[in-house]
Amino acid sequence: MNLNYTEEELAFRDEVRAFLDKKLPADIAAKVKGFRRLSKEDHQRWQKILSEQGWYATHWPVEHGGVEWSPVQKHIWDEESSRYGVPRSIPFGVNMVAPVIIRFGNEEQKQTYLPRILSGEDWWCQGYSEPGAGSDLASLKTRAVREGDHYIVNGQKTWTTLGQHANMIFCLVRTNTEVKAQEGISFLLIDMDTPGITVRPIITLEGEHEVNEVFFEDVKVPVENLVGEEDKGWTYAKYLLTYERTGLAGIGLSKAALSHLKELASRRLKNGRPLLEDPTFSQRIAEVEIDLTAAGISNLRIIASVEGGGVPGAESSMLKVKGTEIRQAINDLARRAIGPYALPFVEEELELDYDGEFLSDENAAPLSAQYFNNRKLSIFGGSNEIQKNIVSKMILGL
Amino acid sequence: MDFRLNEEQQMLQDTVARLVRGEYSFEKRLEFSETEAGFSVDFWKQLGELGLTAVPFSEELGGFDGGGVEVQSVMTELGRGLCLEPYLQSVIFAGGLINQAGNDTQKDTWLAGIASGELQAAVALQEPQSFYDLKDVETRAEKNDSGYVLNGRKAVVIGGHCADLILVSARTSEAADGISLFVLTPDTAGLERRVYPTIDGSKGCDITLTDVQVSAEALVGQQDGAAEVIEYQAGRAIAALCAEAVGAMEAANELTLDYLKQRKQFGVPIGRFQVLQHRMVDMMSELEQARSMSILAASVADEEQSDERRRILAAAKNVIGRSGQFISEQGIQSHGGIGMTWEYNFAHYAKRLIMINHQLGDDDFHLEHYASLLQAS
Repeated sequence: MNLNYTEEELAFRDEVRAFLDKKLPADIAAKVKGFRRLSKEDHQRWQKILSEQGWYATHWPVEHGGVEWSPVQKHIWDEESSRYGVPRSIPFGVNMVAPVIIRFGNEEQKQTYLPRILSGEDWWCQGYSEPGAGSDLASLKTRAVREGDHYIVNGQKTWTTLGQHANMIFCLVRTNTEVKAQEGISFLLIDMDTPGITVRPIITLEGEHEVNEVFFEDVKVPVENLVGEEDKGWTYAKYLLTYERTGLAGIGLSKAALSHLKELASRRLKNGRPLLEDPTFSQRIAEVEIDLTAAGISNLRIIASVEGGGVPGAESSMLKVKGTEIRQAINDLARRAIGPYALPFVEEELELDYDGEFLSDENAAPLSAQYFNNRKLSIFGGSNEIQKNIVSKMILGL
Repeated sequence: MDFRLNEEQQMLQDTVARLVRGEYSFEKRLEFSETEAGFSVDFWKQLGELGLTAVPFSEELGGFDGGGVEVQSVMTELGRGLCLEPYLQSVIFAGGLINQAGNDTQKDTWLAGIASGELQAAVALQEPQSFYDLKDVETRAEKNDSGYVLNGRKAVVIGGHCADLILVSARTSEAADGISLFVLTPDTAGLERRVYPTIDGSKGCDITLTDVQVSAEALVGQQDGAAEVIEYQAGRAIAALCAEAVGAMEAANELTLDYLKQRKQFGVPIGRFQVLQHRMVDMMSELEQARSMSILAASVADEEQSDERRRILAAAKNVIGRSGQFISEQGIQSHGGIGMTWEYNFAHYAKRLIMINHQLGDDDFHLEHYASLLQAS
């Protein structure tokens, strides 16, 4: 038993820190740390810097431009990047469709799409959920009918994160209605500029445009955009979901959010003293910090177990539940810390170049919105109920 | 023992319910929220014309001496409709302060207008450092030959952006209770407002007072005598807010239950899944706890001040804060993504319920208050 990093791992951490010290743009980090909005340009600028360093595609094999970090290295990267205020990577291209293309795509698809993901030329979004197919994803209805060299796609996808920025979408579509739901699904790569595609914003409760509906009306998709075999898409979809689930626990993000909360609580007053010294509030913070410590070690145990290869099993589902609950608890406390100032929604203070006087605290404006927005954490990436189903089936055998 | 409303109270509640159903669709509410006032000026007028803004006032003022239960009847229905009108701030809180502490001239000048809805009043009692403690007042009022000079800043004054009069608390002596209350009109020189929308669809402002000269007649009640009045009226406002929360929770739970019955996944309505059944039962139990506390709070709201009244109101607000958060969070979770969208009204109930916990003290604040009043046996 040794819970410390090895010499090599420590050296790697120093390398990561040196890189972030030097290359992470201060304005981007400030936005991330202050929970401000990031533009498409911010994401692209940072991705370019990562690509130049060769650290963008951490999951990919070296031959395709990846770095093949070990699980511990990836963990170190996650921890350090959360601490520094690195923007969350938009996973749909690099961490989701790419592993599927690498594993199941043909040579031409690899040659076409992987370099474009690395260069940032393509921005991918995910066409999985439908209005009638959420937790029950396999019941999806978007149809793709083969006509000569094309599929004709009709249907609707929803909760498409940042679809408004995307030029490519990977979609699960139904190609066979005669068989069991899971056996008639195919995996298609679709250019968003194809005629017949409409993207409609979904505004979330705090007023943000992050997710979209995507409509397909007689959309012609060349057959060469099929990944793997027709009707085998469910296998690829599940493979992708294992990638989606790793990292959803967001331990690093929770640590960053917690340190932000403590800073906030040291400035805000109650009974004339900092909230951080208030018996009730400090106990609440202590409780979540203790939970986070435990989840952090659980996370490391999972990482260590796959250090030799493979992907984590159902344990990562357990961690997703715990991790998202912890992050939501931190967001809840941050909202509570500003007391009556949770009510005002001063949108102009969300902009980094805001140079007026802050209504209460420089970091107050996004806190209520962030609390509401992060209710999504226990819903997306497989709702926490679905994660518990997985654990009860896979681990407990119930 | 009888928990039923009497005939008059039932009629009152039905009247408000009918009005809200007719005038306050979800779509219209979104439009009202976008207007300059942040609520429906027409609906506010109708509340006045029907005598509903006069409910807690005397018959001379057009009211019917309504107590906690009458106010509860009105507020529950306004809560169900997520109504944005400043009933709580103007009728209950500001009206209550003037009614309790004002002299005859002040009552004559202001109360009839507040009771008829022609005047809209706001209360400016919180400050940037005060958290939820209304005795934590740093705004100062210095006596001079012409009356008082006020300096300081008041925080999160809901409805203050368009109020005709604003009740401001200010420190007039160093003693903890050395607080006085002043009535100001917004055009007073030196009064500046920073207006903003609130995340639950309403509007408010922070108010900065710089060398604001008011006459001695602006003082409401005794100099240094406002702390008790404010505490008492905040108690009435807490009871009203609890009733509003119960109305919103009822509507939120109905929406969630409908969704569990209608939404199908895996070939069955999701309400067939036990984990969701139990959660819905918990949400219903939370609502019942909240309803009970709202009734209890209403029953003491207009009673004479006592530690028992203080305890009950603190307990009620604590329960409402917790149950409101539970119903909001679990309701969103039961809906999935759809519960987080602007286009669907559940999210707006969730936002209001969470924000009710940030008005007049959250569950922690009231837990501490209650603990400080615990009886040994």
